[in-house]
Amino acid sequence: MTGHTVTDTPHDHPAAARGTAGVPASARRRVLSGVAVIVTGLVCALAWGLGAHAGDAVLRLSAVGDGSPILQIRVPGRQAGLVLGAVITLLGAWQLARGFSRRAMRAVSAVVVGCFVLAFLCWAGTGQPGTPVSVFGLLQQSIFAAIPLILGALAGILCERSGVINVAIEGQMLTGAFTAALAATMAQHAGAGIVLALLAGGLMGLLLAVFAIRYAVNQIVLGVVLNLFALGLTSFGFDLLMQRDPDAYNNPSVLAPLKIPLLGDIPLLGPLLFDANILVYITYVLIIGVQVSLFHTRWGLRTRAVGEHPKAADSVGVKVRATRYRNVILGGLVAGLGGAFLSIGAVGAFGAGMSNGKGFIALAAVIFGRWSPRGAVGAALLFGFADALQTLSSAITMPVTIPSAFLSMLPYLVTFLAVAGLVGHVRAPAAGGVPYMKG
Amino acid sequence: MKLELRTITKRFGSVTANDRIDLVVEPGEIHALLGENGAGKSTLMNILYGLHRPDEGQILIDDAPVSFGGPGDAKAAGIGMVHQHFMLVPVFTVTENVMLGHEPTKGLAFLDRRRARRRVTEISHRFGLEVPPDAVVADLSVGVRQRVEILKALSHDARLLVLDEPTAVLSPQETEQLINVIRTLRDAGTSIVFISHKLREVCRIADRITVIRRGAVVGTADPSASEGELASMMVGRPVRLTVDKVPAEPGEVVLDVRGLSLVGDDGVVLVDDLTFSVRGGEIFAIAGVQGNGQTEVTEALVGLVKPTTGSISVAGRDLGPLSTGEILDLGVGYVPEDRLRDGLVGDFSVAENLVLDLYDKPPFARSGALDLARIEADATARVREFDIRPPETTRAAGTLSGGNQQKIVLARELSRPLKLLIIAQPTRGLDVGSMEFVHRRIVAERDRGTAVVLVSTELDEVLGLADRMVVMYRGRIAGEVPAGAPAERIGLLMAGSAPDDQAAVPPGDVASAGVR
Repeated sequence: MTGHTVTDTPHDHPAAARGTAGVPASARRRVLSGVAVIVTGLVCALAWGLGAHAGDAVLRLSAVGDGSPILQIRVPGRQAGLVLGAVITLLGAWQLARGFSRRAMRAVSAVVVGCFVLAFLCWAGTGQPGTPVSVFGLLQQSIFAAIPLILGALAGILCERSGVINVAIEGQMLTGAFTAALAATMAQHAGAGIVLALLAGGLMGLLLAVFAIRYAVNQIVLGVVLNLFALGLTSFGFDLLMQRDPDAYNNPSVLAPLKIPLLGDIPLLGPLLFDANILVYITYVLIIGVQVSLFHTRWGLRTRAVGEHPKAADSVGVKVRATRYRNVILGGLVAGLGGAFLSIGAVGAFGAGMSNGKGFIALAAVIFGRWSPRGAVGAALLFGFADALQTLSSAITMPVTIPSAFLSMLPYLVTFLAVAGLVGHVRAPAAGGVPYMKG
Repeated sequence: MKLELRTITKRFGSVTANDRIDLVVEPGEIHALLGENGAGKSTLMNILYGLHRPDEGQILIDDAPVSFGGPGDAKAAGIGMVHQHFMLVPVFTVTENVMLGHEPTKGLAFLDRRRARRRVTEISHRFGLEVPPDAVVADLSVGVRQRVEILKALSHDARLLVLDEPTAVLSPQETEQLINVIRTLRDAGTSIVFISHKLREVCRIADRITVIRRGAVVGTADPSASEGELASMMVGRPVRLTVDKVPAEPGEVVLDVRGLSLVGDDGVVLVDDLTFSVRGGEIFAIAGVQGNGQTEVTEALVGLVKPTTGSISVAGRDLGPLSTGEILDLGVGYVPEDRLRDGLVGDFSVAENLVLDLYDKPPFARSGALDLARIEADATARVREFDIRPPETTRAAGTLSGGNQQKIVLARELSRPLKLLIIAQPTRGLDVGSMEFVHRRIVAERDRGTAVVLVSTELDEVLGLADRMVVMYRGRIAGEVPAGAPAERIGLLMAGSAPDDQAAVPPGDVASAGVR
């Protein structure tokens, strides 16, 4: 018989018994991630370093033709790739040998991705000696692409934190895009487009809420059905009205950029962040608003309680269904706004099926961002960046021509890798997708 | 607060769950409500908490009639409920859980966490309910969670507290602490309704006891009443609370476990280097608070999980390469702790459940087809032998009461020649009558020469049945105790303290002790 003596009481180091036991799994994780980073570094050095043409790459950091001083740097492409690749490899070696803490690993991942992308840009720049690669344009395009994803993700967070899964973001955005274009054209006023897009999204949210909460329909199936419904409805409206008479029904002007005084004059950041249309500024406000209220207000506490343990919330007098209704409709409103950005905020017209999977990428951003607005914004920016990188790559001359079909796959590839690989195990709100029945 | 229930009646369809129940709880009284499972205790409390409306009868608070439309009304009237399943959001901190529903705010609906936290510490000091206000509930032990639940009710200004089977999930030590807390509350003027079916506790803590059976009050008793008297009131016939058994006559070693360790998927060590052996004709008990590795040990013994390291052999045969089916065929009987999840197929009939592990062998199978007549005949005999009620072999097993479901599992496992019986939480959720029956059958199986491994969290059960026992704590054997050892010593082992280590337990130092 072993173990007659008890070595640890529960009072000293409570976690010790479990802590030491956790070693094998985390060691395996450390080795795997270390090797992955080293491989990334080697690929970086070989492909972007040795693969570069001789000569310098020019990276431009300022906007073109707005009177601000031109900011650009000139780097020897091949050396840049080799140095950046070496940095990544060293980081990987350190992770393999000693291991970074979990928190440090996040920063390290960001550095790795940053170095890799920078090396790629230097490599691409050597393909067109003398002609600058616009890093500013790349960043601007990233934010532009990220805005609808952010709005869609906020919509998803609002719903899912209260325990209703929202697969219908795509449909809500599409409806918003259609309504915005139609209303803005017919009323000859962009404001009408924004307001009606909000309402249309909210109405889609209400539909989701009624079926998910009142009739307890399976929320995944319901979301898919609502997406098909929105696609059918908007395509029908598009054929019926917009195709026949575009001038009367589908000719909204693109929302004009509004430069914010002072903030807009900051070099680099000003033109990047504070010289955009009204929807972008609304998005900034919403990001901060949702983040703060979710974690620091009564509404946020109750929302999260309802999403985690509705029965407990009910037992202290929180109205579970009312909370869910409110949040799902709020989510619909925000997604509608995201739709408005697609049509009147970016293109200046509605096109059939123009949301084109962005609602689903927004859903991926919700998961990648672990159901927090801050995380989702980071994820949306990453996806937006992948999108922008693809656009940039098809516009410049690179040392090796990469097929355009491969490039257009990039944003989805990044989404896939992010959700499947980097996120690992995430914890969704515990009551997500489960209808709440009294008693 | 004085609470009075007058002739409360509640029917569900043709079933009368509460039949003209009268109950008076005086201010500052601990009133125990004693009854078997299904006696109608929970229905009564749900009426009191506004979840059900009574068909007849009246609720009076401080002699004024009240009517509750929902839990909100009951709460406003000063009734606090501590549910058997905690109503706590696991990812929230203690403070967040306590403030939920009546959050202090500042400015535009911003949470005033500092004020909420102050309220938690204030209540916790006033009633001696030590809780760590900033810890996340998921990281707390069950005992501390329960204190959070009580604190939550008190923060809603509860003047009458209903505790529904509060000790079901606690270790003996935690139960002790709970009893102290309840007494402090009573002395501060709070009325307490303590629902339980555990006689010993009820006698210790209650000022007055009301016994209900089949929905009706059968009498009130003083805590000085003997446990035997209370038990027979509760069951409606005389019952024996002690298990009759002759000293064990151990034979050959049947089960031999050497260095058994199990590591979970997440790298957590669930079972840590266990070595023990069990002889034929003895009952070897593994005591311990739920979640200290006992479940995993039983699952390893029947091959449901493979040991990470170590070996298990039954009657000299190494179980390593064998499947669960092959292990059962060696003569191993297994009564799992969750009978409805692992022991039965709820939608299958009683007869089908009785042959779940034998259906593919003669005499129940003939050239690949089931011999339904034979199965039916066998089932009828078993139902009679084990007194399974209602005696219908075609009824779905899931519709029977817990006690009768357990009898089905036992009937199946005990009807073949066994060398080893592994039985986990055999009387969980069972009433006193069924408990007596199950205990008798376990002893009878031992006397037939079978080696029995009994896993139980119930101290009384372990003390009554075991010939030898060990206590498991955090995956290890914390100590072996001879039969007849004092309950206190076992209680301490279950809480993780070695018997000679008692001085090291600082009694109120909960903030560090409770966090696991």
